[in-house]
Amino acid sequence: MILSTIRNALAAIHPEKIFETDYARKGFSLDVTVSADRIEEAVAVVDQNGFFIETITGVDWLGEKAAQQKEAAAKVAEKADAGAEDAATGKDEPLAPGAGNQVEPLVDDMEVIYDFNHYSDFCRVVIRVRIPRNAPKLKTISKIYPAALWHERETHDFFGIKFTGHPYLVPLLLPEDADFHPLLKDFNK
Amino acid sequence: MKAFAPNQSNETFVLNLGPQHPATHGVLRIKLVMDGEYIVEAEPVLGYIHRMHEKMGENRTWAQFLPNTGRMDYLHALAYNHCYVSVVERANGIEVAERAEYIRVITSELNRISSHLLWFGAFVLDLGGFSPLLYAFDDREHILDLLETVTGSRLTYCYFRFGGVCNDIDENFVAGARAFITRMRERMPMYHALVTKNIILMKRLQEIGPVSAEMCRKYGATGPVARGSGINFDVRKHEPFSIYSQLDFDVPVYPQGDSMARYMVRMDEIEQSLRIIEQGLEKLPDGPVIAPKIPKTLKPAKGDYYHAVETARGSFGIRAVSDGTNTPYRLKLRTPSYSNLILFGEACRGMLLPDALALLGSLDLVIPEIDR
Repeated sequence: MILSTIRNALAAIHPEKIFETDYARKGFSLDVTVSADRIEEAVAVVDQNGFFIETITGVDWLGEKAAQQKEAAAKVAEKADAGAEDAATGKDEPLAPGAGNQVEPLVDDMEVIYDFNHYSDFCRVVIRVRIPRNAPKLKTISKIYPAALWHERETHDFFGIKFTGHPYLVPLLLPEDADFHPLLKDFNK
Repeated sequence: MKAFAPNQSNETFVLNLGPQHPATHGVLRIKLVMDGEYIVEAEPVLGYIHRMHEKMGENRTWAQFLPNTGRMDYLHALAYNHCYVSVVERANGIEVAERAEYIRVITSELNRISSHLLWFGAFVLDLGGFSPLLYAFDDREHILDLLETVTGSRLTYCYFRFGGVCNDIDENFVAGARAFITRMRERMPMYHALVTKNIILMKRLQEIGPVSAEMCRKYGATGPVARGSGINFDVRKHEPFSIYSQLDFDVPVYPQGDSMARYMVRMDEIEQSLRIIEQGLEKLPDGPVIAPKIPKTLKPAKGDYYHAVETARGSFGIRAVSDGTNTPYRLKLRTPSYSNLILFGEACRGMLLPDALALLGSLDLVIPEIDR
């Protein structure tokens, strides 16, 4: 089974999170989160297993940390109210790892999502990377998949994520002199 | 393969192709570095019809984005409708009415044939044959008339709804579709005699524009481009959505990887689509065309969802990220022509310019879908 093969191969490079998802509900089979410096390694593993690249995209999580903190604070207050009552919470898949209680300046995340699929086997692999929103930078994978030359340019257009090592990171869909990134959540024009 | 530059001199010049050029089928510009008649380097320049559909998605409710989907790939709008309603149905756990599933498949496949017919006409026109375009449009007209009666529009359809479709098909539609199947089956041998077996067409396409299977994988090519390179990949078979798993059809695959193979894949697909429509009409169940009790305001659970469909040009996928509100947090549109065009830069290197245009035509590009 390709799913267990790719799962084991990706688990060997120590991803932050790796779990199989319910295809019928989510539309993909394997969900992997790796750290930013491991992305090339992870994509190389996917490439060696014969996957093809579907697309690369970003998601801007502006305000996520603040919302999580608020939620956590509300939970603490709720717990205090309820006293010693047990709160067995059936937590749904969290969008991000739970925020701690540290008080530090909030830097939200930018998520880069890589979609892979297989021509002969039924298996969709999603690789996620979280990078800080204030200086979004990530290594290019265009040496492994040349399709990334365009997908990364598009992601740079829309989110301003710098793909280091990309040979030609100029606007693709936006005008050639574009200095704005329309899919940022704080973009208004 | 033949038609490659035997050697390269140091003298090159830059040739600008488009953005207003009949061979690019829309506002696509290609910057070519030429060595005489041979291409040294080709750089597609995009964005002339960029409308930022993905941002529009973040600014309106789930239902309000529905008409946008028909305006990306205007030639196979129903498949884009289908993908979007499917991903929202998946996110909300909406069951689709059974009759609606059949109607969706029947109309999508009719739309696929109309798309292939337009490609066929325009492609042969690129190669210098004018009259096949008129024949193709004659047949296509029947489909447009048929779809107009149920969808209300002729090109940018917005027919599917969450949980079903907005209009039931009637006896006239069924009879019209049956008549079209008979008509199209009679016309196909004529197309093959007139065009496919034409010696000029064969010489323009065979062994021209080679795309290998490995190249498809590295560039993420899908659809007839991948199937023309010997890759048996069709989303309708690979991860069957809707009712495709209950229908009997083949996936045409040609291993040559040249422009002729891509041409043959699409021609064969017309027959397969006819088979699907035939079975769909046969099995069409009675019942409502939309599921009951679809909430007016949709609020999918937090998380992200993906759904892919097979369009006339390849695999189209939508990644929908929901934050639990009535507007999408993020909608990523993975369009097939975009991925198929990326490989053009490598595939056309060393080719004669007229052959590269044949290759470009065989990729079947729809620019509003590339630029989004």
